[in-house]
Amino acid sequence: MPTFLTAYRWELRKLVSQKRTYLGLGAATAVPLIFVTALALQSGSPNDVAFGRYVRESGLAIPLVLLLFSSVWLFPLVTALVAGDIIASEDHNGTLKTILTRSLDRGQIFAGKLLAAATYALLALVLMGSVAVVAGTAKSGFNGLTSLSGTRVAAAHALGLVAASFAVYMVPVAAIVCIGLLLSALTRNSAAAVVGTLMFALLMQLVGILPGLSGTDPYLLTTQFQAWQGFFRTPTDWAPIVRAVWVCALYAIPAGIGAYLVFVRRDVAGG
Amino acid sequence: MHEEPPHDRPVEARGLVKRYGRLLAVAGVDLAVDAGDVYGFLGPNGAGKTTTLRMLLGLITPTEGEARLFGRDPFRLGRRALEGVAGFVEAPQFYPYLSGRMNLELLAAFDGGGAAGRIGEVLDTVELSDRAGDRVGGYSHGMRQRLGIAAALLRRPRLLLLDEPHTGLDPAGMRDMKTLIRGLSAQGITVLLSSHQMADVEELCNRVAIINRGRILYQGDVASLTRSMGTWYRLRASDLDAAQRTAAEFELADVAREDGELRFSADEELLERFMITLGRRRIGVRALIPQHATLEQLFFELTERDGAPPEVPAAPVAEEVA
Repeated sequence: MPTFLTAYRWELRKLVSQKRTYLGLGAATAVPLIFVTALALQSGSPNDVAFGRYVRESGLAIPLVLLLFSSVWLFPLVTALVAGDIIASEDHNGTLKTILTRSLDRGQIFAGKLLAAATYALLALVLMGSVAVVAGTAKSGFNGLTSLSGTRVAAAHALGLVAASFAVYMVPVAAIVCIGLLLSALTRNSAAAVVGTLMFALLMQLVGILPGLSGTDPYLLTTQFQAWQGFFRTPTDWAPIVRAVWVCALYAIPAGIGAYLVFVRRDVAGG
Repeated sequence: MHEEPPHDRPVEARGLVKRYGRLLAVAGVDLAVDAGDVYGFLGPNGAGKTTTLRMLLGLITPTEGEARLFGRDPFRLGRRALEGVAGFVEAPQFYPYLSGRMNLELLAAFDGGGAAGRIGEVLDTVELSDRAGDRVGGYSHGMRQRLGIAAALLRRPRLLLLDEPHTGLDPAGMRDMKTLIRGLSAQGITVLLSSHQMADVEELCNRVAIINRGRILYQGDVASLTRSMGTWYRLRASDLDAAQRTAAEFELADVAREDGELRFSADEELLERFMITLGRRRIGVRALIPQHATLEQLFFELTERDGAPPEVPAAPVAEEVA
């Protein structure tokens, strides 16, 4: 009997067959390589961001710097490329009516799409992290890091913290997935949903830097992209990490439920 | 009041209404398709055929009314009501970046059961095996139509809903499609065929419904429909003037001269007496050709007579439909 996992597997197979999938994954792979190449060719360091001053001492600082850079537009864009397209492309291709007249119900198909979009975002993050660690280590060595509290962290422990940081980074990425899905279901237009998702992320950042709105900063989705820094304080500061979880849930759950309701209840009159 | 339908009737719809804002797309459609029917659903573009099929397949929710597929409600039961049902609305659509076979594999996975094991068989049935490995993006319209039929057959349907399956096909493609539909009917599959190709429907279907402006104008046997318009005759005779004078004496209806023939209407008894008289008067009868109305003539008669506006203010529409 087919289940949502059937839909999930086929969504992944469809992603594998589409060029746009490789665009996002290619960007996630290329950015660390470009960063490391630039480091090799130039003498400076990005001293104005956390861990920026250590990129020449430890390769493990490089994935952390990239996490900060990527939160501005790279990961919202990479995530939106698939999340914003995954429902709207069915409208574009006219295939919604093809799959909705089979034996899977709409809820199962939606669950498959949600999981596939999240899997893609996770894969992009893992790719960027892995390439950044390997390339960074090749450039600057597998050395320990100095934490944000000034304490020394051994290389092996630092690698674990980098992995944990990427895991926590996935929390706001998952919220972006839900927002992308909502826009995809609402607009039924891939370009509008992708751009809309990116615009939402950029708007959040704009709100964060506007004078007089600094009080909203802890509750902005984009702020949660920095929650992983709690791992690099001594002792570990769990507050931003816990806040990231519930703040992101406040964005993800309504968006996810909204996308589900739109998808399940809509009339399929065109696609 | 309607009687309770038998639970195994493939399609039973009552008072289906679909409104989009002020546009009344379907205005109270009643349909009853029996097992074994090849049922033609005829109407001009925009008459409400596709919207009705979408409602039957559960793709859109009706504003009013109800439908049953083998006794199951597609609006409440969703996919469970589609057991034994397959088909497509408008042109069948597939993922252009996947091959024909992969598209069928996806749909078979969504169907479960033994559908995946039937892919080769259905590709053979629609004669697409040779191109099954090619991306659908490179398929012609006719190939996509055939892939649509293959996708429907994967479900081993007892009821096929086909929306304009002949559209865009070349003559050979149309012939193949008709052969395919006949073959499926011979296998016991009930077919609900939406079309505006009158000749094909007349050839393929045993029953029809004619819809215009969202309302059913006629529903019943094709033969009854054509008989309802009566029979007339074309007569070729050795002396057409004398034959026409005799016709006037017999007060035959609709008498007219056309292309060297005499055209008239008469019942069988009157026709018999007329022929005997022609013989007695030594007027040679060279040919007597009975003529029936074609479905196309009846269709235009019904739809052009129907003048209801398609857009109406929100109002209880079910009562408007007789």
